[in-house]
Amino acid sequence: MDLGLDVSERNGYTVLAVRGEVDVYTAPRFRERLIELVSEGKHRIIIDLEGVDFLDSTGLGVLVGGLKRLRSHDGDLLLVCTQSRILKVFEITGLTKVFSIYDSVDDAVGAAS
Amino acid sequence: MIDERAVQLEIPAGAEFVALARLVVSAMASAETQLSDDRVDDLKIAVSEACTNAIEAHDALETDERVLVQCWADDDHLEVRIEDRGTGFDVSNLPEHPPVTDPERLKFERGLGIPLIRALVDEVEFASSGEGTAVRLVMRHDEELDGNGLRP
Repeated sequence: MDLGLDVSERNGYTVLAVRGEVDVYTAPRFRERLIELVSEGKHRIIIDLEGVDFLDSTGLGVLVGGLKRLRSHDGDLLLVCTQSRILKVFEITGLTKVFSIYDSVDDAVGAAS
Repeated sequence: MIDERAVQLEIPAGAEFVALARLVVSAMASAETQLSDDRVDDLKIAVSEACTNAIEAHDALETDERVLVQCWADDDHLEVRIEDRGTGFDVSNLPEHPPVTDPERLKFERGLGIPLIRALVDEVEFASSGEGTAVRLVMRHDEELDGNGLRP
């Protein structure tokens, strides 16, 4: 199962675009990439979930862990997601109250700057 | 009681096989039932959560026993049963996490799977003992919904 993790830079933010399915098998790679970015000093991160086909609680756990890590560096973690099936897991778990979720990377960058 | 038309899948207790369990259940749900695509997606998440817990239970025991996934469609519902041979857990006594709005909640990356299952399927039953856990998930066919999308 393929998990795409593409990193780019946008207006002082590091954008991590995730593609494919995030579950117990692929989540460790996602977590490692996020930890690597933070240890490289990238403390303003946007995670773009638009290319994600599936995300369960293991994926949510990676995002919660990433947010905790970035907050401990006074950083910021923003999400991009418009897919209702992905947003639904954030709504059910109450995590829409924890994460700032935007419709596009441009919106996220615009809101943050 | 397992229906004779049930599809049975035995997966090795490895993380890479959870996707296969999701695929088989969702293919069967799409082919054999009147579940909408959204509800098939809900079921996929519930199956993923239950299989993840089962695989982690086998991992903790270092057993190479397989996890059993059974799925069958009845006239008015689809039922999925996921069985492991782990040490079981008390579903009425799961650790409580702080509310998500509490900054302390960020210390916990886990514990969202069972609430997700409960929210996404129409019925869920956990039967757990020291010899394993069976999770039964039920999705009722959409035709039972009334015009407002509510169950009669």
